[in-house]
Amino acid sequence: MANTEVPFRILPELNDTSGFFWKSGEDGQLRFLRCGECGTRLHPPQPMCYVEHSKNLAPEPVSGRGRVHSFSINYQPWMPGPELPFVVAIVEIEEDPRVRLTTNIVGCAPEDVAVGMPVRVTFEHHSDEGGDVWLPLFEPDPDADANSKSDAATRKGE
Amino acid sequence: MDANSILERRACVTGIGQSAIGRRLGINPLELTLDSCVAAVEDAGLEMSDIDGLVTYPGAAGPSGFSGAGAVQVHEALRLKLGWHDSGIEAPGQLGSVIKACLAVAAGLARHVLCFRSVWEGTAQGTKGRAGLMPGGGGRGNFRASGFSEWTLPFSAPSAAVWIAMFAQRHFHLYGTTREQMAQIALNARANAALNPDAIYRDPMTMDDYMSARLISTPFGLFDCDVPCDGSTAFVISHVDAARDLRHTPVRVEAVGTALLGRPSWDQFDDLSTMANRDAGAQLWTRTELTPSDVDIVEAYDGFSFLTMSWLEALGLVPVGESGPFVEGGQRIARDGELPLNTHGGQLSAGRLHGYGFLHEAVLQLRGEAGERQVTRKQPQVGIAAAGGGNTCGCLLLTRE
Ligand SMILES: [Zn+2]
Repeated sequence: MANTEVPFRILPELNDTSGFFWKSGEDGQLRFLRCGECGTRLHPPQPMCYVEHSKNLAPEPVSGRGRVHSFSINYQPWMPGPELPFVVAIVEIEEDPRVRLTTNIVGCAPEDVAVGMPVRVTFEHHSDEGGDVWLPLFEPDPDADANSKSDAATRKGE
Repeated sequence: MDANSILERRACVTGIGQSAIGRRLGINPLELTLDSCVAAVEDAGLEMSDIDGLVTYPGAAGPSGFSGAGAVQVHEALRLKLGWHDSGIEAPGQLGSVIKACLAVAAGLARHVLCFRSVWEGTAQGTKGRAGLMPGGGGRGNFRASGFSEWTLPFSAPSAAVWIAMFAQRHFHLYGTTREQMAQIALNARANAALNPDAIYRDPMTMDDYMSARLISTPFGLFDCDVPCDGSTAFVISHVDAARDLRHTPVRVEAVGTALLGRPSWDQFDDLSTMANRDAGAQLWTRTELTPSDVDIVEAYDGFSFLTMSWLEALGLVPVGESGPFVEGGQRIARDGELPLNTHGGQLSAGRLHGYGFLHEAVLQLRGEAGERQVTRKQPQVGIAAAGGGNTCGCLLLTRE
């Protein structure tokens, strides 16, 4: 596997609003900001829920499972980073498919990635003077039903 | 909607101008900008002292080369006296600036608004290619990502190529769209660019050339990406009452589209098989008696080839999901086809003039002044200029008076 070594990454700024998200992986759990009034998950994090404008918000763990909503196999060396080619994907989380993450799919060959593929989170730890960060990447979910590797049934006209 | 309340109809395009355009001109970008502005005012048959409004996209902002000049620089350089001025990147796409000009003349804040868009990405990126323009210089250091880039840069996804590739991939998945179909956007652009003396790439391109080019971000290969360049485009937007005795017959603004109902986000948008153009395109048709079947030419953004296909669907010119079969083979979108598309070569072959090139070409075609590449099967009467992608899109429906 290509990614045995942690590649160079431009890390996110750690701020009051989203810092929790980037540190969440320290204990192996993915968290999203959730409204204590209506249960809406807010991502990217906001200071206020858009539903009833509540500020009663707190990070809450999710299962870490999701599906590939879309993806692109990247061959272009935009900047120092993972070994080429690597997969950029938008993953929708199991608890609410409207909540998505732009991320990378690791742990499988790029050509094996498909829309609808079940994935689970895996964290990549980075440390520098700006503070520790755990980037949520995703890998194929070995526990997912083998029959649901692709949501081909969602194709229109089939 | 009461026609009198559709204020953009009080605006028209009276002047168009372009600077020299090239891969790397090595000319001061403000000079290029002023060249295009002077040309547009002259084309309108106006004096610079007639200009009483100024607007640009994106203003003095963004990474190196993204903006050749801001409104303040042009205001100062031309010593303009302005009743209205505006500039900014948070607008309905690049042509959102022109739409603002239409509203300004309709509101009586100005009679003749100068609009410009300048780029010098060709020179700015130098020999490093697009990587030379990446945030943080694309290099190592203490740079940390914030804003939208907080959610993309850490995953080595710094470019709109990657973000838009994922819209395209979703469309491919849902509708069976193919690279062979998408190729026609690039091949059609190149065929049209051959007849455009100002285009950057004019040599013929074949399907083999397209398919064998290196991959960038699937499904995009090299020829799905537009070509960074240096150049500037300018327009004069006039109130119809002030346009009667000018040099050219005005090109009328029939309706505009600016809506954005989905989340203003590249990756959280509600339906990744479409874009903000879905909302802008739908809104446009609520503001006119004309229908998609009246459209003679379409000049629609192709920063990446898929964006043009997305616009065809968003504008109701093609049913949702059917842009692939529509462009397949390329005949329908050719200059002698049923819906001539990007007749100047688009940004893919004519250069990344960033939105303004499409309106420039639409005006030329509607005037009947596009030279060798003029659509002649029928003199175009109704055209669309559309620009933007992802979460930032705007469009204009234009008519020949
Ligand atoms: Zn709430």
